[in-house]
Amino acid sequence: MPTHTFQLNGKQVTVETEDDVRLLWVLRDLLGVTGPKYGCGLGVCQACTSHINGRAFNPCSVPVSKIKPTDEITTIEGLPATVGRELHPMQEAWLDHDVAQCGFCQPGQIMTAVAKVWQAWEAGREITDADLDEIRNVCRCGTYSRIRDAIKDGAKRM
Amino acid sequence: MAEPSGSPSGPDGASGGLDRRHFLGYLVAAPTLAVVVQYGPAAARPQAAAAPSPPQPEEIFDLGDMQNLAAAPTSGLISVQVRPDGTAAFAVPRAEVGQGMTTAVAMMIAEELDLPLDKIHVTLADARPELLMNQLTGGSNSMRSIYLPVRTAAAIARQRLVATAARQWGVPAAELTTGNGTVKHTGGRTATYGALAEAAASSKTIKVEAQLKSPSEFTVLGTPQGRIDAYDSVTGRKKFGTDLRVPGAKPTMVRRPPTINGTVVAVRNADAVRKMPGVTDIAVIQHGVAVRAETFGQCVDAIRALDVEWSPGPVARESDRTVLAKLKKAMPPMALPPLLAKTIDEEFTFAFASNSPLEPDNAIADVRSDRAEIWSCLKVPIVAQEDIARRLGLPRDAVTVHVVEGGGSFGRHLFHDAAAEAAEISQKMGKPVKLSWSRTDNFRQGRTHPMCVSRVRVAYLGSNVLAYEQRHTSTETDFGHGLGEMISATAARLPVAGNQSIAQTIFALTQSSPYNFGVTTQLLNEVPLKFSTGSMRNIYSPNVVCAQELVVDRLAAAMDKDPVEFRRKYLKDERLRAVLDRAAEAGQWGRPLPKGVAQGVGVHAEYRGAVAALVEIDCRPETVNRPIEDGVTGPRVSKALIVVDAGLVINPRGLEAQMIGGMSDAIALALTSSLHIKDGLPLEGSWDDYFYTRQWNTPLDMRVIVMPNTGNTPSGAGELAVAPAFAAVACAYARATGTMPTSFPINHGTLGFEPFPVEPSTPQSPTDGLDHTF
Repeated sequence: MPTHTFQLNGKQVTVETEDDVRLLWVLRDLLGVTGPKYGCGLGVCQACTSHINGRAFNPCSVPVSKIKPTDEITTIEGLPATVGRELHPMQEAWLDHDVAQCGFCQPGQIMTAVAKVWQAWEAGREITDADLDEIRNVCRCGTYSRIRDAIKDGAKRM
Repeated sequence: MAEPSGSPSGPDGASGGLDRRHFLGYLVAAPTLAVVVQYGPAAARPQAAAAPSPPQPEEIFDLGDMQNLAAAPTSGLISVQVRPDGTAAFAVPRAEVGQGMTTAVAMMIAEELDLPLDKIHVTLADARPELLMNQLTGGSNSMRSIYLPVRTAAAIARQRLVATAARQWGVPAAELTTGNGTVKHTGGRTATYGALAEAAASSKTIKVEAQLKSPSEFTVLGTPQGRIDAYDSVTGRKKFGTDLRVPGAKPTMVRRPPTINGTVVAVRNADAVRKMPGVTDIAVIQHGVAVRAETFGQCVDAIRALDVEWSPGPVARESDRTVLAKLKKAMPPMALPPLLAKTIDEEFTFAFASNSPLEPDNAIADVRSDRAEIWSCLKVPIVAQEDIARRLGLPRDAVTVHVVEGGGSFGRHLFHDAAAEAAEISQKMGKPVKLSWSRTDNFRQGRTHPMCVSRVRVAYLGSNVLAYEQRHTSTETDFGHGLGEMISATAARLPVAGNQSIAQTIFALTQSSPYNFGVTTQLLNEVPLKFSTGSMRNIYSPNVVCAQELVVDRLAAAMDKDPVEFRRKYLKDERLRAVLDRAAEAGQWGRPLPKGVAQGVGVHAEYRGAVAALVEIDCRPETVNRPIEDGVTGPRVSKALIVVDAGLVINPRGLEAQMIGGMSDAIALALTSSLHIKDGLPLEGSWDDYFYTRQWNTPLDMRVIVMPNTGNTPSGAGELAVAPAFAAVACAYARATGTMPTSFPINHGTLGFEPFPVEPSTPQSPTDGLDHTF
């Protein structure tokens, strides 16, 4: 069986599985990293959103063979370490706004939020309501307005 | 319209055998301090209703009262423990699915025990058959049914800790105080609860009386608190069903039929599929073919490769059009209006809707020859346990059912479909399984809120409303999850005719018109079609209240009255009038808005709570037509305000969260989200088909106002906002466009997506994820 090596939350991992198994299942079923959630497996709900080399992506939509050994994958579990703290500022904002209801979409929401802020900064501006309207992550509990408040607040702390 | 004769006065009543603040419980024999509670039968006392419309059943005795009545005899079986490490533990016999129940329970214990919130561990109890009807999470009843018993248990524990310290120190208990998990003597001596816990343990069961704090003494209850699981949620540590690791329980999925609840005739290539990478087992089950593999991805590959011949399900010939025709045919005639009266007649259609949470249905099952163990998010675990034991041919006690926290419910987890299916698969494969439904399964084969038609006729003469009739005709809703047993058990004491169906009883116990509209009747009529249905958040109310409030706006217009002014005049409930007034003031009712933008208002009382919603909707073309890839834009609710009177507020922050969620549901129900049934199957297969509210539909200005307490007991709140918010959005849309919508959601007539094929039942995951990074 093929082996696949990549950087996961700051550590190198190697896993044996078929080439076409999507990264989400490698993370969840083979490596036991369960922060990224399965909400659709279709690249729609965004509950599995994680980062690859500092950009948001959906591991449900990427075969593991497309991940290179040097690729740095960050899941919610590895987010605080990227800033060398117990919690990332966005997670702190999330707590202060008591955003989560059931919590299922929250890891993906936070990973999207951080990338969305970076995206705005790359464009040389702060995050706007128009940026927030582009976020596709589904929250079936409907806590969208608290998500918006937390992202604006979290961006200031980042 | 019988009053509940001999209805017992509850602890919240002014009369009755128990003083308002004294309750009984027991210290039970245990290695550490443990308390169980017992209190008098709980049922709200009948409330006075205003004339001239005589009270409808819901106003004097609602669904929650029935649940309290059914739960009361076993309330004595729930316990709070204080451990030697200074923490308190309570395994609550309810499900946590995002509604904030565990946080509210921890606050109740913190309040009466004088222990910090972070030292209270609330877990979900396994199925406990001895609890009978006291282990059902539904009807927004958790706060109402456990508010007194949980506080009583905590108060007794605190008293016992004080008494233990007093005995050890040889001082009168009156000289001791408690705070922050510590007992203190006026002389300066202190002891932590942890140090006292074992000494405070009882060697035998002793009956004790507790004195509860009055709301004026509260320091925790009524203060805004973050959820106790928030840290775990934001760090990814919170464990949902498929995050659990049970030895040997490998990923399992099911290839499903192309019609709802179809069955397998033959599998033509089982041997070839069994040899696919990662696959360990294949089994034919009641409604499909199950595959167990090393990863869920390999399950998807395998179920897609299966070649299956199917037998059609019971609704294979039904589509939206045929169901609607059956509903219209079944609608009962309206009564004749009074002579000379003018009438307004309207008819509203509500499409099928999905109660699927974001977390796909899942369960872990480990079935052996003589026993079984199940893990799943279950709101009625006792019924699940009994049913699964029967299906497996095991005694009930041989089946252990663990309740797992859920990634949402919205009614879905009242049923145990995934748990029963996992058990069936595990038994057939002879191995533990971790079953997950696919996203598409959840929409196409999961339970739905059924299509319904609500007809309203209102008769008026001058400024007098003489009669209000509502005939609600719905595809059958399945209540076969324990409410049925509850109703049978309490039937003799319910203020509704004894021969009604379960659905009609629930309808009568949840619906009432809040207006003085003369002779008022609201009746349910069901068409028995075998769709897979169930309750969705707020059950009948979103549809019934939306229809009602649209007609109220029409009536106001016919009488040349402002919608808010009209409601003020005809509302019979002072609490509703108060929330409406507050909403009108804070939401600047009547403020000037551009053409195509309008306000709408909706009011509703249920679960002993009252809500007014006021929204502004933008229906201008530049808003309606703004482009969002694979998304429905349409009109946008730009401002939303909810004013809520929840009786006695436990956690204003959690209450606010439930109101915000209710508004998001309401926007979806009114504008965008529905299932289209075609030839026995919904066409929707993902979240870009089922248009639940997304960020681009979210109000930019969302505000919740929590009214000061109006009572001594909490109302239900988890479902409370959906109906009035739905009505407000619908009324605003009618005013913004000048056309009253009669079919919901308003975009149901246009199919805004390309449906996934019906076979294979689960679409393949994309491979181009790296092309869409940001």
